[in-house]
Order: sequence, then C-alpha cells, then structure tokens
Amino acid sequence: MLILNNITLERYYEPVFEPVSAQLGAGETLMVTGTNGCGKTTLIRIIAGLLDASSGKMQIPEQAVAYVGHYLGLKDTLTVRENLQFYARFSTTEGDRDITPELERMQILPLADQPARSLSAGQRKRCALARLLFQPDALWLLDEPYANLDADGLSLVDRLLREHKARGSMAVVVSHNRLVPDDLDIKTLEVRAWSDEQ
Amino acid sequence: MNNSFIALLRRDFLMILRNKSEWLQPLFFLVVVVSLFPLGLGPGPTLLARIAPGVIWIAALLASVLSLDQLFRSDYEDGSLEQLMLGNQSLSLLVFAKLLAHWLTTGLPIIALSPLLAVWLNLPMEAFPTLVKSLILGTPVLTLVGGIGAALTVGLRGGGQLLALLVFPLLVPILIFATMGVSAVAGGMEASAHMGLMFAYLIMSLTLAPFACAAALRISIS
Amino acid sequence: MTKNPIMLFIHKTGSPGYFYWLSGKMIPWLWAAFFIFAAWGLYQGLFVAPTDYLQGESYRIIYIHVASAWMSMMIYGIMAVMGFIALVWHIRIAEILMISSAPIGAAFTIIALATGSLWGKPTWGTYWVWDARLTSELVLLFLYLGILGLHAAIEEPRKAARAVALLAIVGIVNLPIIHFSVKWWNTLHQGSTINLAGESTIDISMLVPMLVMAIATKFFYGAVLLSRARVLLLTQDLKKQWAARTIKNPGVKP
Repeated sequence: MLILNNITLERYYEPVFEPVSAQLGAGETLMVTGTNGCGKTTLIRIIAGLLDASSGKMQIPEQAVAYVGHYLGLKDTLTVRENLQFYARFSTTEGDRDITPELERMQILPLADQPARSLSAGQRKRCALARLLFQPDALWLLDEPYANLDADGLSLVDRLLREHKARGSMAVVVSHNRLVPDDLDIKTLEVRAWSDEQ
Repeated sequence: MNNSFIALLRRDFLMILRNKSEWLQPLFFLVVVVSLFPLGLGPGPTLLARIAPGVIWIAALLASVLSLDQLFRSDYEDGSLEQLMLGNQSLSLLVFAKLLAHWLTTGLPIIALSPLLAVWLNLPMEAFPTLVKSLILGTPVLTLVGGIGAALTVGLRGGGQLLALLVFPLLVPILIFATMGVSAVAGGMEASAHMGLMFAYLIMSLTLAPFACAAALRISIS
Repeated sequence: MTKNPIMLFIHKTGSPGYFYWLSGKMIPWLWAAFFIFAAWGLYQGLFVAPTDYLQGESYRIIYIHVASAWMSMMIYGIMAVMGFIALVWHIRIAEILMISSAPIGAAFTIIALATGSLWGKPTWGTYWVWDARLTSELVLLFLYLGILGLHAAIEEPRKAARAVALLAIVGIVNLPIIHFSVKWWNTLHQGSTINLAGESTIDISMLVPMLVMAIATKFFYGAVLLSRARVLLLTQDLKKQWAARTIKNPGVKP
C-alpha cells in the first residue's frame, strides 16, 4: 500500500505544489497529471525517497522502488550489456545471471556491446527501462516512460505495465502526451502548482 | 549486499581504467609539480633534501584532491547516483566502494611513484620506507576526507576550487604528521609516534567518513 | 504535551512568532550588558592593569585578542551543535541560528588574527609568525571560509543550511585534532615562543579584565546573533501569517 497524506514540499520557503494525497493498492497504477513545472517530478522523487517532504505523511510499501526518471542512469563509457549487468547484480542476491532474455525483451540485444554514448535517445530509453525487468515486484516510478520511444517502444511499455499489474505490483506514472492503457487499474492524481491566493 | 558492493567496485574500476586520462592525469600532475620545486628553488641538494617530505606530500595532496572532483560528478550528472540511493543497500557501504576504487587508482600509483620523487629531491635513503609508509597510511585519508568535500560540492559550479577550500583545512593534521615523521627519520630519529597518529586518524576516517559522505550525497541530491 | 516549563519554553521558541518577539525583547538588554562589561574591561585593561615587565604596553592588545580567539572557537562549536540539531530534528530556528553565526565567527577569527599580528610587530619584529595559536586561528578561518563559501554556492537556502550543518559537524570533529597537530608542529619547528596570553602564572590584575572582556564578547555575540536571526526569519516567512501580524503590530506578544 502506498499512502500519501497532505504531502507538501517547500523550495525557497514557498510550497511548490498544493498538498497532495493519494492511495495506491496492489495492482493499481497511479497516473500523475498536472501542468508543466507544477512539481510532478519532484513528487515522484519524494516517493522514491530521494527528497524529504516538508510536511505530511507518507507510507511506502515494503518492496523496493524502481525509478526511471529524466536522467537515465546509464554510464556512457560502458556498453549496454555492462550497464545492465551492473543493475542486474545490484538488484539480486543471486550471483551473476545472464541478462540476454531481458536484452531481447527490450529489443536491444543487437546493441549489447556498443557503448551507451553511441545510442540514440530512444535506444537509451529502452536500456533504462530494461532495469524494470530486474525488479518485477518493486514499486515502479516512471517519469515520462513513453518519451523518445518509437511505436514499438510505446507498445512495449504498455505491455510492461500490463504485466506489472497482473503480478499485483504497483506503479506511479507521470506522462504528458500519452495515457497509460485503459485496462489497468488506474487512479489519477492531479498535482496543482502552489498559487499565492490562499 | 556484498553483491552490490563488489558490483559497484568493479564498475567504477572498469570505468576509471577505460578512461585513461582520468587516472593518469593526477600522476602527471604529481610529477610535474614536484619537478617545479628544484626548478624554482635551485638544485642545491641540501635544500631539496630538507623540503622533500613537504613537497612530495603537498604534491600528493593536490593531485589527489584535484582528482576527487570527478568522484561523484559523473554519477550525479547521468542519474546513476540516484539509482544507488534507491535500494535497500547501505549507501555508506556503496560510497565506500567508490572511495576504494578511487584510492586504488589514485593513491596506489602515488605510493608507487614516491621512491622516484624521493630520489629526485635527494631524500636520504633511510627515510624512504617512512615516506612510503606515510603515504600508505595517508593517501586513503586524502580520499576519505576529500570524498566528503566532493560529496558536498557535487553539482555546484566552481566545484573544484570550493572542494579544495573545504578539504585542505581538514587535511592539515595528516600533512603535519606525515611530513614531520619523514623529516624525523631523515634526521636520524624515530617516527613511530607520527605513524601511530596517522594510523589512528586513518581508522577514524575509515569509520566516520563513509557515513558523512553518504549524508552529504543525500543532501546534494535533494 | 508535557507541563515541564523547560520543554514548553523550547517548544515555544521553535515557533517563529514567539522567537521573533522574545529575541526582540532580549536584544537591548544584551547590548546594555555588552557595553557595561566592555567599558569596564577595556578601562581596566587599557588604563588600570600594570605594564607587563617583558612586553611593555603592547601586551594590552590581548584584552581584545584573547576574547576574540575564544569567541571564534566557541561560535564554531555552537554552529556545529546547531547544525546537529537542525539535521537530526529539522528545527528551522537551529538552522537560522547556525547560518547567522557563521559571519560573526569569521569576523572574530579575523579580529583575533589581526590583533595577534599587531601584537607581533613590537614583540617579534614582524607582523606574522607561525606560532601555534595564530596558525590554528588561521586554519579555523579557512574552515569558516569553507562554510561561508559552501553556503553561498548552494542556491536553495534550506539545502544550503543542511550542507553547512554537515560541514560544521565534520569540522568540529577535526578541530581538536587540528589544534593538537599544529601545536606539535610548532614545538618541533620553533622552540619556545613567547606565549601570547602570558605564562600560566598570569597576574590576577591582568586576568580579570581579560575574563571581563571574554564575557563582554559573549553578550556582543548574543545581540548580533539574535538581530541577524530575526531578520533572516522574517525574510524567510514574509508571506506567512505571523509575519504579517508582527509587521502590523510590532512588539506585541503572540
């Protein structure tokens, strides 16, 4: 269960957004909407634990968190395989595992031995999203998962989200231009930027 | 947990080795700076011998601290740092992995180069082992304490110079203990007290610095 | 909610409106105490205390030098404590007091260095000597400059305060070690130097004004600290209700 109760965040002594409350249960997907700059990314980072809220209470589930945000977390000088091998080792307690299945799934197997810096934006996005495959039970926090992807990539993300729901896991998604598939258990949360007329 | 530590250590080590300039540059810097002193002060062997411990140590300090700026910066900029903070693993342990990778690629080469530098500066041979010992005990501290400064200044403009300003006062004790110890042995005396103090400081840094680093990174990323 | 008056007081001062009002009441008293102690201390120190048999009249600068040096160290300690409270319990007043203290501490350090240097000229013949105390003060100045520099380099104010708090804590842990190492370094390199504060057997007629000045500087610190802290607090909370009320009715207890 993920519970947000009147979460606020202050920057420069002013709240960034109006207090946010939401509840998310197993198998549900939270769609976070709001105008540009209203604080959606900040809210996701609060849920991820990278930022502390200024006030309000948050209850996070005991599972780990998987976060794919604007900065993809790929090292330019390492190959795709090396990058993802690192994350695979990071998320599991078993020894090294062969990540070829995951590379195939994300359709980046042909790129496996290329350095990450030589990839296009869309290819890098697929690499970053591949991390999610190592953390199937985690709370997925996705900030613009559809950005930079081609049509195949878009449906890939949809499929990942559907499988995530089928496992009974939770996801929080920020997405401007494209909605998540209708057949998910969707809850919406609108983040409103703070205005001074209070 | 052990898994992530080793994974991170391997990854960082691999990246540093691949980017040759990243680990060679501090060494070139070290060598050039040390050679500036005879050029600037004259080649008189007695003078050089007297300043040798200080010069080598200051050059090592500068070389180490200058390379620290990169320690967390690229991880901060491409989002890898955040990923390290997400898991259930102890951030302090992961930070220690990064610091260890840094020392292995910066501190160890400095230790290896030190006999050459000592010869250049005419340090008496009896003092060589003490010099090397002081660097073995001291270069990890440069990385550990410097890492705190690097963690606090990652993502700030003017990071490198601010980093130096933050870190140099904290490294004064190590500089004093090391250079006094080597000078003592060069002068025919003992340095067990100096080395003992350095060892104590090393232990203290090993236990406290990773936590301070982790806390600083959390603040920097917020 | 405990009825313990001390806890109640601490809880109340955490509230901005109350802190603003209470500090406003305290500041005039602090200034008054400072002037009284400083006047007495300087009079005693500059005119009444006897001439030092070794150093003549020039020693009298210690009445400012020693007090400043003590303050420079005490303020750093206070900053570290406030920093710890701010980091662990997220109490904003602690952050404000810590940030407001930094420039005051740096100023005292500079005064200590300058007065130490001025004392050096008639005594040693030069304006600067790497004596243990002065060198320690210099390193302390660098620590302060690091704090001020780090604070200035971070844009978001509360993040800057948290970073500074951590740095102050790291600094205070190192400070005793720095003192010790510099003292050791000095004894080996210089032999005995005239101890600026006099030998351990300092005459009581010289000791008393020195202690009085030390107390005076504490009141000075208190007055300046609270003045700065209030202004900082008000600036931060300009849009909040307590600020509007206070600006309309200054001096009214909230």
